Amino acid sequence: MKKILFLLSLLLVLAACREPEEIIPSTQTGVGGGDAGDIAGFFLLNEGNMGSNKCTLDFYDYASGIYSKNIFAERNPEIVQELGDVGNDMAIYGSRLWVVVNCSNLVEVIDVRTGWHIDQISIPNCRSITFKDQYAYVSSYAGPVEIDPNARLGYVAKIDTSSLEIIDTCTVGYQPEEMAVVGDNLYVANSGGYRVPNYDNTVSVVDLHIFREVQKIDVAPNLHRMEADAYGNIWVSSRGDYYDIPSMTFVISSENNAVIDVLDLLACTDMTLCGDSLYVYSNTWNYFSQTSDVNYAIVDVKTHQVVTRKFITDGTEQQFQNPYGIAVNPNTREIFVTDARDYVTPGKVYCFSPEGRLKWSANTGDIPSRIVFTHTPLL
Amino acid sequence: MIRSLVILLALAAPPDSIDVLPESVVTAYRQPDKVIPAQTLQGERLERLNALSVADAIRYFSGVQIKDYGGVGGLKTINVRSMGSQHVGVFYDGVQLGNAQNGQIDLGKYSLENMESVTLYNGQKGTAVQSAKDYASASAVYLQTRTPVFRNGRRTNLKASLAGGSFGTVNPSVYWEQRVGARASNSFNAEYLYTTGRYRFSYRKKDGYDTTAVRQNGDVRALRVEDGFFGRIPDGNWRLKFYFYDSERGYPGAFVREEPGKFRHEDRQWDTDFFTQGSLYKEWGDYHVNASFKYAYDYLHYLSDPRLDVSTMYVDNRYRQQEAYASVAQEYRITRRWDVDLAADYQFNTLDADLVNFVYPSRHTVLTALSTSLRLEKLKLQGSLLHTFVADYARQAGAAAGHRSHWTPTAVLQYTPFESRNLSLRAFYKRIFRMPTLNDLYYTFIGNKYLKPEFTAQYNIGLTWDRTFPKSRLRKAGISLDAYYNEVENKIIAMPASNQFQWTMVNLGRVGIRGLDAAASASMAVGGVTADLRLTYTFQKAQDFTDPESPWYGGQIPYIPWHSGSLIAGFQWKAWHLDYSFLYTGERYEAVANIPENHAQPWYTSDLSLSRGFKAGAHELKGTLAVNNIFNQQYEVVKCYPMPGTNFRLILSWIL
Repeated sequence: MKKILFLLSLLLVLAACREPEEIIPSTQTGVGGGDAGDIAGFFLLNEGNMGSNKCTLDFYDYASGIYSKNIFAERNPEIVQELGDVGNDMAIYGSRLWVVVNCSNLVEVIDVRTGWHIDQISIPNCRSITFKDQYAYVSSYAGPVEIDPNARLGYVAKIDTSSLEIIDTCTVGYQPEEMAVVGDNLYVANSGGYRVPNYDNTVSVVDLHIFREVQKIDVAPNLHRMEADAYGNIWVSSRGDYYDIPSMTFVISSENNAVIDVLDLLACTDMTLCGDSLYVYSNTWNYFSQTSDVNYAIVDVKTHQVVTRKFITDGTEQQFQNPYGIAVNPNTREIFVTDARDYVTPGKVYCFSPEGRLKWSANTGDIPSRIVFTHTPLL
Repeated sequence: MIRSLVILLALAAPPDSIDVLPESVVTAYRQPDKVIPAQTLQGERLERLNALSVADAIRYFSGVQIKDYGGVGGLKTINVRSMGSQHVGVFYDGVQLGNAQNGQIDLGKYSLENMESVTLYNGQKGTAVQSAKDYASASAVYLQTRTPVFRNGRRTNLKASLAGGSFGTVNPSVYWEQRVGARASNSFNAEYLYTTGRYRFSYRKKDGYDTTAVRQNGDVRALRVEDGFFGRIPDGNWRLKFYFYDSERGYPGAFVREEPGKFRHEDRQWDTDFFTQGSLYKEWGDYHVNASFKYAYDYLHYLSDPRLDVSTMYVDNRYRQQEAYASVAQEYRITRRWDVDLAADYQFNTLDADLVNFVYPSRHTVLTALSTSLRLEKLKLQGSLLHTFVADYARQAGAAAGHRSHWTPTAVLQYTPFESRNLSLRAFYKRIFRMPTLNDLYYTFIGNKYLKPEFTAQYNIGLTWDRTFPKSRLRKAGISLDAYYNEVENKIIAMPASNQFQWTMVNLGRVGIRGLDAAASASMAVGGVTADLRLTYTFQKAQDFTDPESPWYGGQIPYIPWHSGSLIAGFQWKAWHLDYSFLYTGERYEAVANIPENHAQPWYTSDLSLSRGFKAGAHELKGTLAVNNIFNQQYEVVKCYPMPGTNFRLILSWIL
């Protein structure tokens, strides 16, 4: 009996105390540096699986050649639940890094020099970000609910970059994704992803003077990515319907706001523009065949011609499980591709020489996606 | 001995001399056969856990992980020996609870209020005259509700309880047993549960943030009504049961970073489940037959409405499942020591959902089990062979998966080396599979009709030792120890198709599990105090062997701790009962990448309860106060799903 009581009291003591968990520190990996001119490095955003609150931020520094994984949490220990749930987009504007955290329903504003939190802007179901003059524009799925909850338009929020306040909103199409600014117009790719099989197939044209949608351009179902080139054209990708309609890429002219070219053989999951070269990869899924198909291409945005179907030349792409992000350093022309692997384990970022040969790779957080280059070294 | 074995162990069949047996003997009936590793909580021991649902009781078994999304309404599923929750068959009064849609049984929905025993078998139940389904899962949980017992010539038993406590919980129930004529009885049980589901929880980081919030939208309203008939016939018995469950619950969702209090998380689910089942058992000399049937209808309505929570997508889906089932099991006793069993089951499932491009699948399953058992002086042997035939149909041409036909064996051996029979050694091998669920195969966008079944193989060796000490303070002691190796092949996992919102099901995983289950129990009496103790410990090394190229190859699979254990201690003094229970779940990882980012801290909770009974003539009153998680540990079982801190429960019951 005494023994039992002793055992019990021991358990009680044991049960009473538990150390709180530590903030997870960043992990450094030396991958080799280099000279990238006025580019000091890049931030990489890891989306993190939905509902896991595992959106994280990594940083690569050209001077030291060190890849630092998960830098936000340790620099901002006071931010409750770190960066949040599902980082969907990221951009640098001036001295600030803006992270659109989709399932946390907020935009996190970070100082690029220190990585410190500055402010957060609450926008439900926010998706993508772009800038013009002193304003940030954030697309959101969560427009006003009309009578039919299934037909709910999205909107774009206009944020003053100095006060960090939302000063206006503009209703656009269904489930708007990426945006691009040409002149005084904002182009918005509407997906309609919540309305399967009734996808949206329009690009909204928003006049930034009045901040109202002034036109809808019919393109193709399930629009997603958008890039504006130096020739006044907007490149927009369609994801198709995953059954009969494949993913394709379209070119819209900002002069007449009309589709001027269809690249029906250019499936596009993501793209990035560097000079006149549009780097495109596609990782497309078809429900009929239950297979996915991965392709790479460089398109000359001046001629609309595919220059090559292979920009990784050393066979490294065979190792990719799920290519998920792409970026090109405008100074060095190095190509960066991320692999999200199985989405539930850490991904990888690969750095290729302009000729497409692997220079280095590093482990990232879960679902590495966006890469943005910075001119400011991170302290 | 064999005769008693047959009668005593047929869980689906009530013993035919039920009305003359004192209660203690009746509960002893359901002692599981020790040939296969089994653990049971029953009768008073089960009641004294003062737990709300079956899930809360099963946590005290070794080799078990309960995945718990927190609160009264949060999903609670059982994973036995790391093979996955869909490999666990859950049987209610002898007939399996089905969920052809996702293969998941939410144990939080099953109340302990009218439960007589909860038993977990690794491998399969090894009793006589059992249905083919009893052979058809890698492990099985048997929930046995109370069977009417009338003492001292009584004709009516009545019990009314009112429980309530933290999270605004109100939980009244009635239990009424009535003798009907000389050979039959009826039991009626109704229970209502309401809870706001609100509780305070905190997240704290060392030298970092410290936040406290309240879990919202976790309310539950549930009504359960059961009615059972029990009867005797010459050399046999029958029973018939009706079960109705109706509930509405909120989904609080994952607790992720957000502007506090801004979003309401208003997702809701409505469930209406009905089933009726019955069985008939009859003996003709050495030939015994048990026939049973079931019909079940499950309705689920899920609503996520952006008019209530601006951040969500509009989802308004209704799912209807139907299941029809029939089984005939027979046994022939060739000699006193040798018998053969043949069982055949047929099951038909349909699923109807208002989803885009839905294929409206239906499934026929035919199970045939041939088994034999041989009982020698020191050696017991059981062998069984199960044949499973599955055929799926879909309303849309070409949408259905093909037919499947598989043979799967089991072999069980028990050796009792000594005359005293205190010690026995046992071993079993079992190979079985689970079919891909209808969701795995046909869910719009996600399903993959080319999926193969997910196979498991189990190898187990163990020993049990039991002894009673009639003249000692230590009255009874027992130990059981099992070591095992399990393999899961063709594991069905969700894989991303091309982005976050598109997943598909594939046969990709391979898992190897090495484990050790240990349990010890003791009863003792010192002075006027009696005490009983139960201690369990589980070790599991459950590794992912899916992709040798992966840097995470060999990593511990998500949510499986290397070490876990439990302790239950009960003390009785006169009419007082004091019960203490402790659960420990060691460190584990939330993903197969065993890195700091995925690390989950150990958690351990202590529950304490005190109860007292009062007798006044034929009336009996009982009051219980339970305090759970007395040290207010803030923990998670599943990442982003906080569990409740200290909470209370007060139970008053009146028994006539």
